[in-house]
Amino acid sequence: MMLKALLMIVLVLAMTPAHSELQIEVTQGADDAVKIAVVPFDWRGRGALPEEIHEIVTADLRLSGRFETLPVSQMLSLPSEASEVYVRDWQLLDMEYVVIGSVREYGPDLAMTFELFDVFKGEVTLRQTVVGSDLDLRDLAHHASDAIYEQLTGIEGAFSTEILYITVTETPSGRVFRLNVADADGYRVRTVLQSREPILSGTWAPDGDRIAYVSFERDSRPAIYIHNIRDRTRQQVTDFRGLNGAPAFSPDGKKLAMVLSKDGNPEIYILSLEETPRRLRRVTRHYGIDTEPSWSADGESIIFTSNRGGQPQIYSMRLDDLEVERLTFEGDYNARAVLANNGQGLIMVHRRKGIFHISYLDLKRGFLRVLTETALDESPSIAPNDSSLIYATQVGGRGILAGVSIDGGVRFNLPATEGDVREPAWSPRKKKSFTPLEEDLKLTSEIE
Amino acid sequence: MSMIKTYLGLLAPVLLLVLAGCASSSPEPEPQVEAPVVTEAVQEVVVEIEPIKPMVSGGRVIIPLDELDASAGSRTLAGVFYFDFDQAIVRRDGHAELDQHAMVLAGNSGLTVRLEGHADERGTREYNLALGERRANAVQSYLLSQGASRSQIEVVSYGEEKPAMSGHDQASWEKNRRVEIVYR
Repeated sequence: MMLKALLMIVLVLAMTPAHSELQIEVTQGADDAVKIAVVPFDWRGRGALPEEIHEIVTADLRLSGRFETLPVSQMLSLPSEASEVYVRDWQLLDMEYVVIGSVREYGPDLAMTFELFDVFKGEVTLRQTVVGSDLDLRDLAHHASDAIYEQLTGIEGAFSTEILYITVTETPSGRVFRLNVADADGYRVRTVLQSREPILSGTWAPDGDRIAYVSFERDSRPAIYIHNIRDRTRQQVTDFRGLNGAPAFSPDGKKLAMVLSKDGNPEIYILSLEETPRRLRRVTRHYGIDTEPSWSADGESIIFTSNRGGQPQIYSMRLDDLEVERLTFEGDYNARAVLANNGQGLIMVHRRKGIFHISYLDLKRGFLRVLTETALDESPSIAPNDSSLIYATQVGGRGILAGVSIDGGVRFNLPATEGDVREPAWSPRKKKSFTPLEEDLKLTSEIE
Repeated sequence: MSMIKTYLGLLAPVLLLVLAGCASSSPEPEPQVEAPVVTEAVQEVVVEIEPIKPMVSGGRVIIPLDELDASAGSRTLAGVFYFDFDQAIVRRDGHAELDQHAMVLAGNSGLTVRLEGHADERGTREYNLALGERRANAVQSYLLSQGASRSQIEVVSYGEEKPAMSGHDQASWEKNRRVEIVYR
C-alpha cells in the first residue's frame, strides 16, 4: 500500500516566476528605532549592477521596524570607505550609524565589502568582504543586512531566509491555488505548485530544501507530499482514506508528524522517513479532533490542537510515554500552536470575545500576550531567530500576510498585488550563506 | 439522457361480458322470453410501465414523484445540509430530506454519493478540515442508519478551502458550514 504511495515523481511543473510580488509596508515601528544611513555602494566594474545593494539593505533594516533609515537624497556626502567618512556630515543629520561599501569584480565573481561606521565613536565596528556571483547580489545584500542587524541588536538576522505561502486567485474558470516561495522581503517569487484543487499546510523541513504540504490534486482527495524545491523532485507520502493533513517535520528531519483519519477519527501519527519500509506510529487515541502537531526543539514531544475538552485547546504530549498535558486555559478557541525555537513559549490562534487573534503564551511564566488586533488572523509562523512572526489576516476582504515582532512593538503588512495570500511559513535556514573572505578584517563588537 | 424505458406489453385478456337474463319473482310466471345471450369480445390494452428510477444529473439526484407515471414530474433532492458553528450535528430540519436520500440509496444499490464536508473560514484550516470531515461523517451515519450501504458513500472534507460564498460575514459563514451530497 505505502510503496505505491512512495513513488518518486520528478516534477514537470517548472518553477515559473510568479507575477505577484509581496510589497512590505511597516505599519508600526519600534519606539526606540536606531537611526542609520546606508550609502550607495561604490561599483567600478563594467556596466551597471542589476541590483542596488544599498536599496536592499535599507529596505531590510527599515522593514525590521527597529531602524529609521535616511533617504540618499538627504545625505551630505557619499563615502564608500571608512577613510572618506566625514563624521560631522552624519552628526548634522542625527545619524547613529552609517553603512558604506563597495562591489568589485573578483575573477568571474563579485566581491562585496561593507563597513558599519559608529558615528558616536567615530570608528568602524564591523567590516566584511564576501564573494558571490552576479546572481547572488540580493543574497549578498541580505547577508550584509543580517550581519549589521546582529551587530546592532545582538539577534541573528533573518533577512536571508525565505517564506513559503499559498495564494488563491479567482479566475473565470474557477479558483487557482499556488504554492509559492519568496525571499523574506517578498522578492524573487517562484511558484512550486499550481492546482485547481486546494493546496494547504505548507511547511519546511529543517534542511530548508524540502517542504511538505497537502494537495487535493489527485481525484480531489487530500494527500501529503514532500517536495524538494532545489532539485524540483517530489514524492507522495500518504494516500490514506480520509484526512491526510497537517504535516510537520521533526527537528532532525527524519520524521513527519501528520493527521490521518483512516481509523475513523482524526488522530496524530508519526511517519519515519528514513526507515525502509517507513513506519507509521499512531500517538493519539481519542474520539475528539486531534490535529495540528508541532514539534519541540529536542524532538521528544509534540504540541497539538484537540477538542477533547469540548473546545479546541493546545495540549502537549511526550512521545516516549504518550503522556498528555493541557497547556492553554485562557480563551474558548486555541489552535495551531507552534513552539518558539527557544522553547520558552508558543504562538497560536487564540479566540476571545468571538475574535481570532495571534497570541504568544509564555510557558515559563504562564502569561498570555495578544499580538494581533485584526479579526481573522491565522497560520502564525515564527522567524528562525524568534524575533518576529508572520501570519495571515484579512484586510478589506482580502487575505494578506502580516508580521509582528514577538514583543508586539513592530508591525508590517505584506499585501500581494493580486489574489488572497495565506499560510505563510518562515524557512528555518538562510537560503545562502557566505563566509567572509578575510577573517582578520572582521572587527567584532569586542570594542564595545 | 433518460433511462426510463417504457415497454408496451400487449397482454390481451379477453373479457367476457355475460348478460344474464332477469328472473321474475312473480308467482305467475310470465312467459319467459329467452333473451339472446350476447357475447362480446373486448380487447383491453394493458400498458406495463417499468418504475421510473432516480436519475443523477449534475451531481444531484432527481427522483420521480410517481414511479409509474413519468408525466407526474420529478423533484431534485436538496443536496446541501447546513451546520452550526463548530458543530457536526445533523440539524433536525434536514432529516426529512436526508430520509429521501437514504431511501433513494437503499433502493438503488448502483448509485454512489460523495459527501463533501465544509467549514466556514473562522478557526484554523486543519481544524476545519477535521470539522468538515466530522460533518460529512455525521451525514454518512444518518444515511447508514436509514438503510444506505457503506459501499455507496465516500466522505471527503475540504475544510474552509472551497467556500460556497466568498463574503466574510455571518450570512456567508452560515452558507459555508455545510455538507454537499454529490451523486456520481
